[in-house]
Amino acid sequence: MDRASVGIMAFLAVSAAAVTVAYAQKDAAQDSIEAYREALQDGNPAELYEASGEELWKTPAGPKAASLERCDLGLGPGVVKGAYAQLPRHFADTDRVQDLESRLLTCMQTLQGKDPKPYIEASFTAPPKEEMNALAAYISGQSKDAPIAVTLAHPKEQAMYELGKRMFNYQGGPYDFACATCHGQEGTRIRLQELPYIPSAKGAAAGWSSWPAYRVSAGQMWSMQWRLNDCFRQQRFPEPVYTSDATIALSMYMAATANGATMKTPGIKR
Amino acid sequence: MGSPMKIRASVKDGVTEIKVLMGHEMETGQRKDANGAVIPAWFINEVTAKLDGKMVMQAQWGPSISKNPYLAFKVKGGKAGDKVSVTWVDNKGDTRTDEAAVT
Ligand code: HEC
Repeated sequence: MDRASVGIMAFLAVSAAAVTVAYAQKDAAQDSIEAYREALQDGNPAELYEASGEELWKTPAGPKAASLERCDLGLGPGVVKGAYAQLPRHFADTDRVQDLESRLLTCMQTLQGKDPKPYIEASFTAPPKEEMNALAAYISGQSKDAPIAVTLAHPKEQAMYELGKRMFNYQGGPYDFACATCHGQEGTRIRLQELPYIPSAKGAAAGWSSWPAYRVSAGQMWSMQWRLNDCFRQQRFPEPVYTSDATIALSMYMAATANGATMKTPGIKR
Repeated sequence: MGSPMKIRASVKDGVTEIKVLMGHEMETGQRKDANGAVIPAWFINEVTAKLDGKMVMQAQWGPSISKNPYLAFKVKGGKAGDKVSVTWVDNKGDTRTDEAAVT
């Protein structure tokens, strides 16, 4: 071997060692992130929002001075337990596929006589959305540990799923991003956030089963609609209308892909 | 007033572990709103805990504690059924007390 090749061999050996070190560091970093998450799990402030959401659910409000207790979330009027794990679904009365938040707006309108418009238009930190986020915390908490069971039995459910799948892969905007650009690969991460590979059952479950979630860094309770709205922002797409079909389609795609996994709601995130 | 605390307490091997989740804005007084006006400081500055009527913990807090604080601590003694009571006072003079039983 001449001197140059020995040099190259030595270089290769060093870089192989460096790669090993980098992998080890990555695992260690991942472990400490996991430890941090576990520590957070213990005192999830989402519990506080669940309590205020339950109060909102049971307190008469709106022009009809009615509570939401007769709201049908898919399992019959007033049934909250397990309902979130089976959403989105088709509702005969509206003939629409609805997620939790769009369904709540329907109930607020029909039972309480409220105008959904202020709820749709308010920013996510404004009082009307605070109500929605608290209600989402409460209702999703009543599906904790339930298996995700979304059906595609109705043609509109099937169509919603197909639309969601298309949207997930639809590239566009100033950066030509799709959801799949960031969530279409196994084992990737942006800063310290793992990016679930959403087209797989495991990845879809990681995303779908852990929202709504309390975000520690912001001290905010985020509903799934808020989560999705922020993903549109990350994608540099125009802001979606709250509870629009576009957002419900993406939820349908994720929920159906996650079928069978266990709900861990409400979750807690950095 | 404030919103209700979530208190859990359990005893094991003669040590009671008390976990408290408090709903509070914990505004530091360092932040500004969208119009550039300072958001006034508003935070819990005193926390006390009693186990079976006896003071077991007293803490002075400041604006560096996060929003919706979570506090966990261990106390020697205690038995199932003992009453735990936790009180906070904030810098506006608001206060709240909640109770739970040791399990
Ligand atoms: C530019 C990259 C990017 C794009 C595009 C993007 N996301 Fe995300 N997504 C992220 C990041 C980063 C996070 C972690 C969020 C955080 O902690 O701030 C995330 C988080 C999520 C989560 C929660 C995952 C979890 O485990 O908690 C879901 C669900 C999700 N995205 C769905 C979508 C959907 C649906 C789209 C398309 C509308 C999308 N994302 C587009 C980067 C992206």
